[in-house]
Amino acid sequence: MAWRHIKPSRRNVRAWQLGLLAVLFLAWHVLTVPGLVPHFLFSDDNQAAFFFGQPLKIFDRIGHWFFVDADIYRHLAVTLWETVLAFGIGTVLGLGMGLWLALSPLAAAILDPYIKAMNAMPRVILAPIFAVWFGLGVASKVALGVTLVFFIVFFNVYQGVKEVSPVILANARMLGASRRQLLRHVYLPSATSWVFSSLHTSVGLAFVGAVVGEYLGSAQGVGYLILQAEGSFDIDTVMAGILVLTAFALVLDALVGRAEKALMKWQPQAGESERL
Amino acid sequence: MSAAALNLDGVSCTFAGRDGAAGFTAVRDVTLAVEAGEFVSVVGPTGCGKSTLLNMAAGLLAPSTGAVRVFGAPLVGLNGRAGYMFQAESLMPWRTALGNVMAGLSFRGASQADARALATQWLQRVGLAAFGDRYPHQLSGGMRKRVSLAQTLVLDPDIILMDEPFSALDIQTRQLMENEVLDIWQGLSMAAGRGATSAGAHSPAPEQAGLSPLGAVSGASQAVRKAVLFITHDLDEAIAMSDRVVILSAGPGSRVVGEFRIDLERPRDVAEVRAAPRFVELHKAIWDVLRQEVLAGYQQQLDKVD
Repeated sequence: MAWRHIKPSRRNVRAWQLGLLAVLFLAWHVLTVPGLVPHFLFSDDNQAAFFFGQPLKIFDRIGHWFFVDADIYRHLAVTLWETVLAFGIGTVLGLGMGLWLALSPLAAAILDPYIKAMNAMPRVILAPIFAVWFGLGVASKVALGVTLVFFIVFFNVYQGVKEVSPVILANARMLGASRRQLLRHVYLPSATSWVFSSLHTSVGLAFVGAVVGEYLGSAQGVGYLILQAEGSFDIDTVMAGILVLTAFALVLDALVGRAEKALMKWQPQAGESERL
Repeated sequence: MSAAALNLDGVSCTFAGRDGAAGFTAVRDVTLAVEAGEFVSVVGPTGCGKSTLLNMAAGLLAPSTGAVRVFGAPLVGLNGRAGYMFQAESLMPWRTALGNVMAGLSFRGASQADARALATQWLQRVGLAAFGDRYPHQLSGGMRKRVSLAQTLVLDPDIILMDEPFSALDIQTRQLMENEVLDIWQGLSMAAGRGATSAGAHSPAPEQAGLSPLGAVSGASQAVRKAVLFITHDLDEAIAMSDRVVILSAGPGSRVVGEFRIDLERPRDVAEVRAAPRFVELHKAIWDVLRQEVLAGYQQQLDKVD
């Protein structure tokens, strides 16, 4: 085959991406299977496999999870449910609080130091407290996710309301909008556009909250699987869990991208052109 | 004599200075009346407080001294009888063109169906019937201005306030829009003149009145015509469109320094009327007054830089 067909270009980006993935797994495989190449970093043949896991065993594990035993769906569902709840609750709270504080400057002035302090605090540290308050079930993971999502949404909404064009606002008032209608038809759409622009970040953080919460103490969820495997030094299962979480996060991100596109059709996209 | 549609009575507007600095007086002691059905333009050098004047007329800004009266009644809060066309982009970007035109109607409690029907009519009237489902960013600058025009006029205001509405448009689009505004304005007066009831003012004129025989225009009742207060820095535009041109002095503390009645015949074509001898005469007379103010304003800006 001629080089010009293989040479990286716009057309074969996907092929190169997959090729790179294959190379990575191949290298991983060659370097970790005991005895395949002489050990050069570790003091014996089995140590590389012990620390990094072996791709074939990892895929075997994933195959068992999804097809043979089919027991991962329950855990995935729990993690997904926690993510969705954390995202939903965090967004609604952030939206409400952001609108309120942006529209009443006095309340914002009073609460300002508290919000700054809460945002500056490393909130993962709250996980043990949530576990005590809400138990080891879904609620404590959701609580952790909410604290992460809330601030992202809150700051975006706050900013969004502050930056509503004064002309659009004056125009809506001249058109006869009451205070309530301004909130519903001007502030809220403007704020939600900012929420959507932070959608990728906030969904990602909700996911982080769920997994970290599970990892710190739980009875189900993908984070729990990883925690269990780690307890028995089963590095293959830990790696399998990480791969599943990564793939899952990618799918989630793609879904968010879809939703964003559908909801934000009124916003201009860079370089957009359209046939009339 | 019945009360003017809009009456600015010795209004001044001083913006409070920051941190105890002296306040900035944008306009000082301006008295200006716009009769019902009259088209009045305000011209003046940049930064002379033209927009401030309009914001006071709209009730968006309370005058520091003096009073604003609307059809004889003192203005409290927003001016509910006025429609305002802004200089900057004022459409809600999250609403379609139709949604934007419907906005005012639904804010004021019209049913969704009524609002849609009337808004569709108005979109048609400004030549955008096929673009109702477009979002503002999908429309050209001229189209957005048309939507703004429909958005303002669909509410059937008695007073129309316009703040350099076409300043961002290219010259061809601008003249088209100017003619269109004049046509619609004359059409509105026609509709109001023919329909004796208030409902008559709501429905668009059966045909473009600006193009109909002159006799019909003179038959229109002056009392129910829409008053227009039009702000511009373009003297040509002001003369071509108005019944009266008011000149503001250079700021700060602008006041009225001249007033000219434009006795050109209507209906007018803004491009053609510029060649009329009377137009040239008026232009020269007004420019003689305006030039000094423009130079004064320019000098002040230079002084600030030094």
